[in-house]
Amino acid sequence: MSTATFKIWRGDATGGNFVDYTAQVSEGMVVLDALHQIQATQANDLACRWNCKAGKCGSCSAEVNGMPKLTCMTRMSQLPLDKPVTIEPMKAFPLVKDLVTDVSWNFAVKKKIKPFKPRAPDAPDGSWRMAQADVDRVQEFRKCIECFLCQDVCHVLREHHKHDEFIGPRFLVYVAALEMHPLDTEDRRADLKQAHGIGLCNITKCCTKVCPENITITDNAIIPLKERVVDGFYDPLRWLLNSAKKTLKR
Amino acid sequence: MPDYPTHEHDVLIIGSGGAGLRAAIEASAAAVKVGLVCKCLLGKAHTVMAEGGIAAALANVDERDGWQVHFADTMRGGQYVNNWRMAELHAKEAPARVRELEAWGALFDRTPDGRILQRNFGGHKYPRLAHVGDRTGLEMIRTLQDHGVHLGIDVHMEVAIVELLKDGDRVVGALGYDRERGQFKIFHAKAVVLATGGIGKSYKITSNSWDCTGDGHALAYHAGAELLDMEYVQFHPTGMVWPPSVCGMLVTEGVRGEGGILTNKDGKRFMFDSIPDNYKAQTADNEEEGWRYTQGDRNARRPAELLTRDHVARCIVREIKEGRGTPHGGVWLDISWIKKRIPNAAEHIKRKLPSMYHQFKQLGDVDITREPMEVGPTTHYIMGGVRVNADTQMSCVPGLFAAGECAAGINGANRLGGNSLSDLLVFGKRAGEHAAKFAKESKAGQISAAQIEEGARSALEPFDRNVSAGQFEGPYQVQYDLQEMMQREVGIVRRQDEMERALEGLAKLWERARRVGVTGHRQFNPGWHTALDLRSLLTVSEAVTRAAIERKESRGAHFREDFPDKDATFGKTSLILRKGPDGAMQLRREPLPALPDHLKKVIEEMK
Ligand SMILES: Cc1cc2nc3c(=O)[nH]c(=O)nc-3n(C[C@H](O)[C@H](O)[C@H](O)COP(=O)(O)OP(=O)(O)OC[C@H]3O[C@@H](n4cnc5c(N)ncnc54)[C@H](O)[C@@H]3O)c2cc1C
Ligand code: SF4
Ligand code: SF4
Ligand code: FES
Repeated sequence: MSTATFKIWRGDATGGNFVDYTAQVSEGMVVLDALHQIQATQANDLACRWNCKAGKCGSCSAEVNGMPKLTCMTRMSQLPLDKPVTIEPMKAFPLVKDLVTDVSWNFAVKKKIKPFKPRAPDAPDGSWRMAQADVDRVQEFRKCIECFLCQDVCHVLREHHKHDEFIGPRFLVYVAALEMHPLDTEDRRADLKQAHGIGLCNITKCCTKVCPENITITDNAIIPLKERVVDGFYDPLRWLLNSAKKTLKR
Repeated sequence: MPDYPTHEHDVLIIGSGGAGLRAAIEASAAAVKVGLVCKCLLGKAHTVMAEGGIAAALANVDERDGWQVHFADTMRGGQYVNNWRMAELHAKEAPARVRELEAWGALFDRTPDGRILQRNFGGHKYPRLAHVGDRTGLEMIRTLQDHGVHLGIDVHMEVAIVELLKDGDRVVGALGYDRERGQFKIFHAKAVVLATGGIGKSYKITSNSWDCTGDGHALAYHAGAELLDMEYVQFHPTGMVWPPSVCGMLVTEGVRGEGGILTNKDGKRFMFDSIPDNYKAQTADNEEEGWRYTQGDRNARRPAELLTRDHVARCIVREIKEGRGTPHGGVWLDISWIKKRIPNAAEHIKRKLPSMYHQFKQLGDVDITREPMEVGPTTHYIMGGVRVNADTQMSCVPGLFAAGECAAGINGANRLGGNSLSDLLVFGKRAGEHAAKFAKESKAGQISAAQIEEGARSALEPFDRNVSAGQFEGPYQVQYDLQEMMQREVGIVRRQDEMERALEGLAKLWERARRVGVTGHRQFNPGWHTALDLRSLLTVSEAVTRAAIERKESRGAHFREDFPDKDATFGKTSLILRKGPDGAMQLRREPLPALPDHLKKVIEEMK
């Protein structure tokens, strides 16, 4: 068994600093195990969120050596241990304490997105028929565990703080899932352009790189949405036709 | 009245897993004011981890399925000590609850003709689990969450409830603290629904997430409700065993449903050696037939690997105990062998079991398309919980309802895979509906300042004890020692002397827990949270141990080395725990309600 040293951010909204800790490293260990070990033995009150410890709930997001990561899925063996491992909270959200940030903005944003509105059922028992091929595309987006790492890394939020104008990659993925849902009949293009601020995304693809669920956020969600918006706004005839098609599908 | 913020609701729901969200949706449909509190963030409750699917007799894949078959399967799996009325309602209502999810946006995997696809699972006669790859729980929780947030439900995230407030006999609210700031909050409500999930964190090796500390079980018990079937703790046969960091993490039964086989270190498929009599008729007696079953042959019987969880877990323990285990103390689970049977096996495995592929690759350095996995039993689910009325989900305490894993009855002595997610939907809905009805018919009760003051005082006690001075111990060691002890003494294979030792151990741990101290301040302080969780963990651990000592037979998930057989008298008896007037835990036996004739007939016909 070897040991590793850590520099962990301790503090709250009023200020703080990095504190050094050491932990024993055993085979297969992840960063969250080290945090738990430090909590149990050296800093009972070290704040971090976690729930599933299996990469499924998206609670344990933090920045490990400067990279946005799920701490429960980051193996110690993937990190260079000859120098201290730094662990800091996400930067795009206000700090609560230590590694815990206030992510409530994300929940408020989601509420403002027009909800799912299905067409009338296909069968008398209230059910629908959909081909697997049509479902596949949307299932990719529905893998999202809402870890908000993509929000954290997006410069529009992280550096330019445009939280009031831009919903961020996570919610563009969410809108894509709704818009491309085989049963949905709502039209969210005007919102995308105005309230959701899709134009602020300049396709840097940083979000795609950090997504632990490997969702191709930019290519599969954002770019097709941008195209829809362009079609809708600059080609009114096509938009009209599309809307008519959507209505017919109902 | 202490000066804490007070929230007024008609119905207060505690827990935001599948059961809590479904209850909240239903209550809000009845046009009452609904509050939802959870100690995690919204959408992150333990339900998010569910993998395999939701059991419902939709009959999309095999038209021979129907509620009668699902009912009979559930009763057989539960060794006939289930609450028959709950099993009946569950089997009848699950299909409508699943279709409803689709109407709210869920996207299940499809059959070739475009309907909801269903997969095989242990103990289910026909392919019955509606699923989305192996992330069904995520789909379910996200669907309910995204639908629910538009219904005017007040959500209080990261608030942990520490006490239920009472006015005489009735529950009229709850006291909690907000984790972020450490402030107390009062919730005043006409009806309260507990949907707090399981107790997995009382054991060392578990598939459960952090919030499964048995809070609802303990809150209900301390408020005067009865706990039922607490001896039945399900150990899932396949958890990861290596590396240590992920020990206990679930390997979905879906692996076996897709054709995965269990072998010991000698390469022998040991499950075929011991097929219980009551399953002989429906289990394949050779490997060839078992394989055909997993590939959808309707005339084939299921392979022995898909017998019920209690049985498979015990066979695995036997192999390990008798020296036929793998290097890290498990057995082999192999799906990669199917490459001998089908082309493009690796792609097929990755498509059908994406999270399993990912989990082993990322955390265990194992490529499951090429190598076998090392697996062993893990604490997974509690069949026992708050005793409730089957139709309304109300406990014996007026105004207190429970649904989901924290309620008891539907599963009897052993739960079938997939029957939990459907339980959450069916009984979450019922709890929400009846809690709203109760609220409409009731006047607001009085909350008591004295109870709130006492609740807050005792919650803050750990701060008064100075750990740094070395006089007191921190909460984590007590938690570890409890988990270690429950695993060792009240685990899969149980014995009188060991469990009696556990009772003594629990008394000592209670002593230690009462003297636990924490450092720092109240703002997001995990040490403090752990100190408070201890009270729940100890209460449920004691309940499990007492009931397990009392049941001197083996049935379903409860296995006694000293009483290895079933006992007819116990088979008609329920064990009920309640807090006595002196504050000590009291246990009593009660006869199980008799099965009505029409359901007896259903079971006979399905044999
Ligand atoms: C890995 C895994 C896979 C599974 N797969 C399947 C499957 O495929 N099919 C199936 O049917 N079942 C499956 N199960 C079982 C199933 O997931 C659970 O039984 C079910 O999700 C429990 O749901 P629930 O709504 O009762 O509670 P949970 O989802 O556990 O939610 C509990 C909620 O209560 C809150 N809470 C707890 N205590 C407090 C408190 N004191 N104050 C405030 N809030 C509190 C928590 O924060 C949380 O929001 C699986 C379980 C595991 C571990
Ligand atoms: S691609 Fe767009 S959304 Fe993603 S990080 Fe870059 S700017 Fe942000
Ligand atoms: S899209 Fe990916 S990175 Fe963004 S919140 Fe979802 S899972 Fe996390
Ligand atoms: S704790 Fe759930 S994703 Fe890390």
